[in-house]
Amino acid sequence: MTPLLTTKGLSRDFGGLRAVDNVDFTLMPGEIRAVIGPNGAGKTTFVSLLSGRIRPSGGMIVFDGADITELPEYARVRKGIAYTFQITSIYANLSVYANVALPAQLTQRHGHSPSAVQGAVMDALERVGLADQAAMLAGQLSYGHQRLLEVAMGLALKPRLLILDEPTQGLADSEIDNFIALVREIAASATVLLIEHNMPVVMQLADRITVFNMGSILAEGTPEAVRQNAAVQEAYLGSAP
Amino acid sequence: MHFGPHLLLAALEGLVTSAVLALTALGLSLVFGVMRVVNVAHGEFFMLGAVLAWAITTAIGGHPALGFLAALVISPLIVGGIALVAERLVLRRLDYNPEATIVATIGMLYIIQQLALTFYGPEARPVEPPFTYRILLPWFGYSGYKLSVIATSALLLVATWLVLTRTRIGLVMRATQYDSETAQAFGIPVDRVYGGVFALGAVLAAIAAVLIVPISQAHYLMGQDPLLLSFIVVIIGGLGSLRGTIVAALLIGMSDGIISMFFSPTLAKIIATLLVAMVLVFRPQGLFGTAAR
Amino acid sequence: MSEASPVKAYALHAGVIAFLFVLSFVLPAYYHGLLARILVLAVFAMGYNMLFGYVGLLSLGHAMFFSVGLYGAGLAVIHLGWSVPLAFLGGIACGAALAVVIGLLALRTTGVAFMIVTMMFAQVFYLVILYFASWTGGDQGMVVPQPARVLTFGATSLDLTDPTVRYMTALVLFSVVLLITLAIVRSRYGRVLVAIRENEERTRMLGYNTFSNKLAAIVVSGAICAASGAAYALLFGYVGSSFASVQYSILPLLWVLLGGAATTLGPLIGTLFMYYVTDVTSAYTSAYLLIVGIALIALVLFFPKGILGSLRQRWLGWLP
Repeated sequence: MTPLLTTKGLSRDFGGLRAVDNVDFTLMPGEIRAVIGPNGAGKTTFVSLLSGRIRPSGGMIVFDGADITELPEYARVRKGIAYTFQITSIYANLSVYANVALPAQLTQRHGHSPSAVQGAVMDALERVGLADQAAMLAGQLSYGHQRLLEVAMGLALKPRLLILDEPTQGLADSEIDNFIALVREIAASATVLLIEHNMPVVMQLADRITVFNMGSILAEGTPEAVRQNAAVQEAYLGSAP
Repeated sequence: MHFGPHLLLAALEGLVTSAVLALTALGLSLVFGVMRVVNVAHGEFFMLGAVLAWAITTAIGGHPALGFLAALVISPLIVGGIALVAERLVLRRLDYNPEATIVATIGMLYIIQQLALTFYGPEARPVEPPFTYRILLPWFGYSGYKLSVIATSALLLVATWLVLTRTRIGLVMRATQYDSETAQAFGIPVDRVYGGVFALGAVLAAIAAVLIVPISQAHYLMGQDPLLLSFIVVIIGGLGSLRGTIVAALLIGMSDGIISMFFSPTLAKIIATLLVAMVLVFRPQGLFGTAAR
Repeated sequence: MSEASPVKAYALHAGVIAFLFVLSFVLPAYYHGLLARILVLAVFAMGYNMLFGYVGLLSLGHAMFFSVGLYGAGLAVIHLGWSVPLAFLGGIACGAALAVVIGLLALRTTGVAFMIVTMMFAQVFYLVILYFASWTGGDQGMVVPQPARVLTFGATSLDLTDPTVRYMTALVLFSVVLLITLAIVRSRYGRVLVAIRENEERTRMLGYNTFSNKLAAIVVSGAICAASGAAYALLFGYVGSSFASVQYSILPLLWVLLGGAATTLGPLIGTLFMYYVTDVTSAYTSAYLLIVGIALIALVLFFPKGILGSLRQRWLGWLP
């Protein structure tokens, strides 16, 4: 099977600091991959490089066999890489419906009828359980629901790769259980790349885990293997509960 | 006249322009640097300074020097007071939102300008210089007053620079400029700093206007050119940079005098404005500034 | 929201157009002429609103788009002897072309820098008009001669200097631009523009090239403003540099702020109201710009959503 996404020697400097250092990374289609690591390990910088929000200082990114290193972010989205923000970034002054209609109309380009867009919007909202709130202003949603709206916007893009940047941050425990079910459901149709601090969530969801430390990959493997890895324990698990 | 003396004359005239321009632009630059407010009404504070200078000298009469000195003190104080009121009543209530404050200062521009038209009238009126001594050079005589304008401006610029770099007031201003929230947390009354800076900006423009009015006359539309030139200076010098502002004022003032000997003033303005717009598009930190934060 | 009540919205716009049509037969001559002028200037405001209201880009240089249409059409008639329709289209083309150039440059900046850059480009345009006074008439301006302002279709001809023809032509232009605006606002493209205004980075991350969308919006806006300018030259027969001055960049901002930014009918209401107020006050004082200044400050301080924006917020959520 050919990988969905690979990076070769991917690096990014900020001034003198090397936030991502020479990373070779491979992601297979259909998997749920978690990226973990201590704060400042370069996780968010790494996925920002994948999504195109920031440019690499060196190396290359290949998505579905094509070199996308030079592609701007919006073109990557159109190729099927969706990114949900770590800090909730929705259109607070627009309706929940309008928030999702924007990505939905992009993927319904050839359907082009208003009803096709409407169908796609309601479908995405139903999957995250926000269909009843479609007419509300997005800014009036609770924080947990705003996180779900973020995910719905990503889903409406019908992505092949959905990057979730700390999606459970700030969610209540009950919301987290629903969220795990949602990600499993999403994974049936898309590859999921998950940055996550919450280890129980990672252990339940991930097929494989990539551990970042100081800008490079420290370890990679199944949850079980990563749990057993002595270097990981020292760098990360030892310092976290 | 031969070319050499001709150039000397142009350079002297350019220095006068530069000196007054540096003072005016410094006011605009301080307001933008500290408050992040683009004050489109800055030229009107300049105009107000000149018109008030005419009113004050006319009211006082007697020896021109007497009225002029009075104007040099009173006119900037009145203009500063007006600016302070405008800041309290309008800018503060807009929370210094950059776009809203631009619209509001455009409103101030029209209000000040039209009030001047209503009460002062459409005429251009001269103010007598405080002294008329002419310095005789081998090739031509030159107005001693113009030279004194250059000297006074230079003194004021140095004084402002000392205040900004060597005093507590300057430190407070720089702290506010760097990060107003942190400054607030450290007990700096950011609100009062903003009011003071806005008034100071207007005072500098008014002083510049009082200095220039014996040379160029007071008129209710005279604020337009200084506003444009100050914008040019501040943009080229780098927004909020004192040294850049002065270097750019010299550059613009000198080249304005020299270029207008060879080109029509309109063409010179076209080229200058276009170049400055391009600087803002391609090098927003200015030609002499470092990257903005 | 734009999904709701399309029928109500279209009915309202049709009603406004019908009302303006009827007004033509009711108004006394002076107000008839005034309203024709206001309709043309409202088109200018609608073009401005396209960019300021919907995309959130505050330009301080839109006088250049109005006056490039004004001079484009006016000078084509005066110097090149073009027919009225050709000159009108020429004016619009000039506006669109200028907007492409200005957009490519000015869109590299954001926020305050965008405002200053657009103001400076407009100033350059104004000075260029003064500099080439032998062709443009400089600050005196030029009159478009009456015989050149006649539309001929085979045997029939329409004299644009006739008050009724002039009013109806202005109304047709206004209606077409109003309906175009409404269609854009309700389209998927309109949704993208609003999204850029609300959160540009998010919009990029949803797969939209925000630069090209903004550029397109500037071109549409510039073309509409140029259409207004071209119509002004042909209907009222005068091209002058005062239309390129800073003041004519501020006025559409004021009209749109007053009527309500990002509302389709706000520009008309703002233009109507402001023009009427200045018309009344200019009888008492030459300083009508004083009113403009006070209105600007009062609006940003107390009434930032404008007339229709406030109505929409309180009662009429369906208003486009």
